[in-house]
Amino acid sequence: MSHDTTVAHRHVQITNSLGLHLRPADKFVKLALRYRSEIRVHYNGNQFNGKSILDLITVAAECGTRLELEACGPDAVEAVDALSDLVSAQFYENENGDTIQSHPNTEPGR
Amino acid sequence: MPPPGTSISTPDPTPMATPMHVLRGIAVSPGIAIGPIVVLDTRGIRLPPRNITAEAVERELQRLDEGLEVAGREAAEAEREARTRLGPQYADILAAHARMIGDITLRADARTRVEQEQVSAEHAIIEVLEAHATRMERLNDSYLAARAADVRDIEARILGQLIGQRPKSFQDELPAPALVLAQDLSPSEAAGLDPNRVLGFATEAGGPASHTAIVAAALEIPAVVGLGKFLDIARQCRMAVIDGDEGLVILDPDLPTQARYRAAAAERSARFRVLSQQANLPAVTLDSTQVHLWGNIEFTAEIDACVNLGAEGVGLFRTEFLFLNAKPPPSEDQQFQAYAAVIRALRGRPIVIRTLDLGADKLGPYRVSAYIESNPCLGLRSLRLSLRDPGLFRPQLRAILRASTLGDVRILFPLVSTLAELREARAIVRDVAAELVAEGQAVRENLPVGIMVEVPAAALMADHLAKEVDFFSIGTNDLIQYTLAVDRTNETVAELYSAADPSVLRLIAMVVEAARVHGIEVTVCGKMGGEPLYTMLLLGLGLRQLSMPPHQLPEVRRVIRGVRIETARAVAAEALRLETAQAVTALLESALRQALPDTPDTPEPAASAMR
Repeated sequence: MSHDTTVAHRHVQITNSLGLHLRPADKFVKLALRYRSEIRVHYNGNQFNGKSILDLITVAAECGTRLELEACGPDAVEAVDALSDLVSAQFYENENGDTIQSHPNTEPGR
Repeated sequence: MPPPGTSISTPDPTPMATPMHVLRGIAVSPGIAIGPIVVLDTRGIRLPPRNITAEAVERELQRLDEGLEVAGREAAEAEREARTRLGPQYADILAAHARMIGDITLRADARTRVEQEQVSAEHAIIEVLEAHATRMERLNDSYLAARAADVRDIEARILGQLIGQRPKSFQDELPAPALVLAQDLSPSEAAGLDPNRVLGFATEAGGPASHTAIVAAALEIPAVVGLGKFLDIARQCRMAVIDGDEGLVILDPDLPTQARYRAAAAERSARFRVLSQQANLPAVTLDSTQVHLWGNIEFTAEIDACVNLGAEGVGLFRTEFLFLNAKPPPSEDQQFQAYAAVIRALRGRPIVIRTLDLGADKLGPYRVSAYIESNPCLGLRSLRLSLRDPGLFRPQLRAILRASTLGDVRILFPLVSTLAELREARAIVRDVAAELVAEGQAVRENLPVGIMVEVPAAALMADHLAKEVDFFSIGTNDLIQYTLAVDRTNETVAELYSAADPSVLRLIAMVVEAARVHGIEVTVCGKMGGEPLYTMLLLGLGLRQLSMPPHQLPEVRRVIRGVRIETARAVAAEALRLETAQAVTALLESALRQALPDTPDTPEPAASAMR
């Protein structure tokens, strides 16, 4: 669609104790939807649509899992930056899955 | 003999008659519920025919979009309601539901089916979502199986919209308040639970982190989950006991069991009534000694509980949560916002803010050195880490000092081991305060500064430390661990860990004495401070300030109001003369029983039937 298309990749590791469960997946999708790029999550040889929560929850990545994020579009680099920040901040939840702080950098391309 | 007025029909009470069934599950919400049972069956939905004509496609697409939109709004509404009624944890789940309903692939896939296969909107939704749910279930993973329940939940919500029939709540069909037994409750069913109609519930599925567990605990409905298959048996039963303390469900309990549980339930509710009425009564002993009760908290949301349960203020505000999940560390401004929110919420009540109490191992992303500690408990942690890393410590102190103008703030240093550490920390506070003043920032003069006494060295040096601080706060958890050299999470040695150990009591006595001599305040803020068993002992040792998790305030207040200070002193004096933790515990148990004979024992739930 865009003539200014880039592709960005980033490896991330899930480090929150409950893994990529429902609420982190929701936060991920919410953030992914802010970008125009297509977002894909690669795991175990499968790819998942990073803007679809129905797709993303079936990743069921446990704590310690490594995933590859891929974005394709005009803001691909910003998108993978922001999403990998979210993952490494453990989706802002504690070990019981409670949100411990609101997401501080909701602006794309912080 | 059944108590008079027992009208529930029960099986013949002879021992060999219908045996009661005792099932063990996971206790997720405490309390006891007794009553008639209702077994929930999954409800069917009447659907229109699957196929539509080519001319109807446009109309179906429009219905599909409208159905999704209204269902999404409804889920968002449920989320908002849950946020005030049940708290953020549950509301987040419903937020995820709203996002599923708005999922771009759901809409696209469903539209494709309507357009290309000419199926009705209802069937398009069912086919797309069932494919998701079945795929999740086939992966044979308990987490995904639970997500399949979320998918079916939103499926029901969307279909309800499309068909124009509101999903009826099972509660509307309950003839009278009852125990609800089900395979599982859907997240929206759980969110709509009404404690006036559902006395308790038990499910075959679920674990401590399941949606139903979260809601039950929030609404204080006794609940047991994860019972495994039992509904077939339950359908033939008339009544049950749900014991949310022990995780038991007893189907058709025999008369003695019923009587025991009725007595326990009556006592429990009477206690709760009395204790909550006492929340505003002063915490004074029978002979008029005033005790000050405080709350230990980590989040602003806990302040309501503190205030409602009669805490004078916050005796321990932990700041670790700000750091644990943050990379980079929270900025001074982020910390200021967090502290300011808590202080404002307290409306002038005092708050003791403890500086960072974390091990270097917990601060991976910005640890000071890459050195791997073989013994983190004895390593670079807590105040030691703060002193080593000004980039961590100074912004926190600046944030606390700036926020201190908003209320009655006191500052607390954890894990002080030596006077040199205390002096260094105080010097940094002075320096930071001067810096803020130079910048033209408002700072409160003479902010009280205290230390946690949780290292035996600090307890032994308390007489000197007391000259240089405004207050002591005894952190019993670490004090016990370091005094007895035992890690309480290590089950092979955990039995050595006891707050009743005479060595610990001697150290506490030293600290209280040092505080008395130098005229400073001393609080107990460890776990020991909130356990009613130790209340008399602590009062007898001379403590007048106790800080604890808010929910422990009522029981501790009850003990305080039921004892005389002279009795407490005698108990403490005797405890200090004893030789072992076991002897001290026995003394305290007997003293508590004598002073307050109505102290509850856990009911013995049908022990013989279980084993």
